[in-house]
Amino acid sequence: MTTTVDVDQTAPGRDPAAKPSAPAPRAARRHRLNFTPYAMLAPATILFLIFMAAPIVYTLILSLQKTEVQGLGLGSGARKTVFAGFSNYAAAFSDSDFLASAGRVGLYGLILVPAMLVLALVFALLLDSKRTRLAGFSRVVIFLPYAVPAVISSLLWGFLYLPSVSPFVDLTTALNLPSPDVLSQGSVIFAIANIALWGGVGFNMVVMYTALKAIPTDLYEAARLDGASEIRVALAIKIPIILPSLIMTAIFSLIATLQVFAEPTTLKPLTNSISSTYTPLMKVYRDAFIRNDVNSASATSIIIAVTIFALSFAFLRVVQRRAFQEENS
Amino acid sequence: MSTVTKPLGSRGSMARPQLAKNRSGRIGANDKTSYTSTIILLLGALYCLLPLAWVLMASTKSGGDLFTSNTFVPSRHLFDNIVELTQYRGGLYWRWMLNTALYAGVGAFLSAAVSAFAGFALAKYSFKGKQATFMVLLAGVLVPGVILAIPQYFLLAQVGLTNTYWAVLLPQIISPYGIYLARIYAGASVPNEIIEAGRTDGASDLRIFLRLAVPMMAPGLVTVFLFQFVGIWNNFMLPYIMLGDDRLYPITVGLNGLLNQGSTVPALYSLVITGALLSIIPLVVLFLVLQRFWKVDLGAGAVKS
Repeated sequence: MTTTVDVDQTAPGRDPAAKPSAPAPRAARRHRLNFTPYAMLAPATILFLIFMAAPIVYTLILSLQKTEVQGLGLGSGARKTVFAGFSNYAAAFSDSDFLASAGRVGLYGLILVPAMLVLALVFALLLDSKRTRLAGFSRVVIFLPYAVPAVISSLLWGFLYLPSVSPFVDLTTALNLPSPDVLSQGSVIFAIANIALWGGVGFNMVVMYTALKAIPTDLYEAARLDGASEIRVALAIKIPIILPSLIMTAIFSLIATLQVFAEPTTLKPLTNSISSTYTPLMKVYRDAFIRNDVNSASATSIIIAVTIFALSFAFLRVVQRRAFQEENS
Repeated sequence: MSTVTKPLGSRGSMARPQLAKNRSGRIGANDKTSYTSTIILLLGALYCLLPLAWVLMASTKSGGDLFTSNTFVPSRHLFDNIVELTQYRGGLYWRWMLNTALYAGVGAFLSAAVSAFAGFALAKYSFKGKQATFMVLLAGVLVPGVILAIPQYFLLAQVGLTNTYWAVLLPQIISPYGIYLARIYAGASVPNEIIEAGRTDGASDLRIFLRLAVPMMAPGLVTVFLFQFVGIWNNFMLPYIMLGDDRLYPITVGLNGLLNQGSTVPALYSLVITGALLSIIPLVVLFLVLQRFWKVDLGAGAVKS
């Protein structure tokens, strides 16, 4: 099926006319066509090299260097860039600010990712149930926060958290209850996780719902006629089938979690509980632009990227297998 | 292709009083309304609407009312707030909105175009290095864009492009995920026979791509556009790093700066709130209008149609 279009069965450079079966004019066209896919890929490749590959290589180089100040550090020759080996990495791993931020993000991920996936899955299954009413309305409304940028949603929730403005504080005051300060040191992590949950649950729900809708009804209609409850059908049939979607959403959520930056940065002016190194990426920003220590910022970036890569490796395998399955079918 | 009928709210039996929880819903009761599941979903919807309802109410209040009056009771200062926001530093807010529209609109369009070309090439040709290209792309999906922002800043600084529109626009055109999606759309929606027929008619490959393939891939390309549009609109760190001149700010960086000043000048809070409300409206409208394009099956990696 693919052979009719896959124009280049031979390696480029080899004379296509050498194929005995190909008529001459067609062969000539084939030869010209060999360049077409490269031309079509050229814009993407160039942009990829400049804005993805080069920055990565540059970060790697910077992370292995350090700036040495000689003498009093005055004059143009006083600062010298020298090879530093892995000292920036070693420094990062012994930096208590970095370790604390990594720990916070780990905890944040443990709170957020399971909550987000479970909630999204429950919503998606309820949407998929024929017995749910007003599902169309709920689906649109729950998806809506995805349209709100993280900075704006942090801003909205930030005001809702702020005791002087918060309706919840009004409510607890009216009921003579103690009003919890959600922006305090202990609970601000939940406050941030809630913002991300609010923004992300709808998207994940839609992804899972799309997968659920693709399941042929007859796969579980028989089970239902046999008396299986909706919950049993969901656990035994629907969830296993959409497992790849669940893995994908889990990995995407993890990637987003480890890079959390906009939410805490936006909440920062509203509370003293968020330091300038609250998350690893905030520390990278501070090192690079406030302390002008690009080298340790680069090392920290690489550590974050490698962590994300390691955690995402499972995802790559799932996607790869699926993508090539689809191609070969 | 999907055979599951969607339970839209059309068969609503809302007016009925609450019955006992539908536990007997076994045989023959498959389509009976489940109040439990309906209520759980509506609670989810309420949670999602809460901050939006709050910002709608809060934006009708003057700076003083904001801290004194009951939060969910509207006031009549919305128009004043909009005027005040418009007058803030000679209409800076609307400039941020235009900047955002420019970054997201132009960026997403170019991204969809680049992705369409690359995705089509990867799906419909076989050539040396195809497998490697695709693997590099997949790896690229996993590279967090946020981590690229800082080295991108230093690289662009060397050619003097930081603090310009280009600094925000250019890095966001390349989208490995967009290319990945476009490749799948091209594979699924453009039949090889059509391409072959076009070639037999003597059309060039570019013409075949533009006239035959792009229209067939269009729904998928709209999805790529939307993903990138929302991604750019949402992006905070890249413009936050790249831009120093607040006339180039997108709305996210602008409002963040305004909120920062608000911690010392609380009167700015009502501007921030009104600004937040106005900035949400276009995206919410865009979402509602283009809803049907948001059905990406990430797991199967294909759009079912």
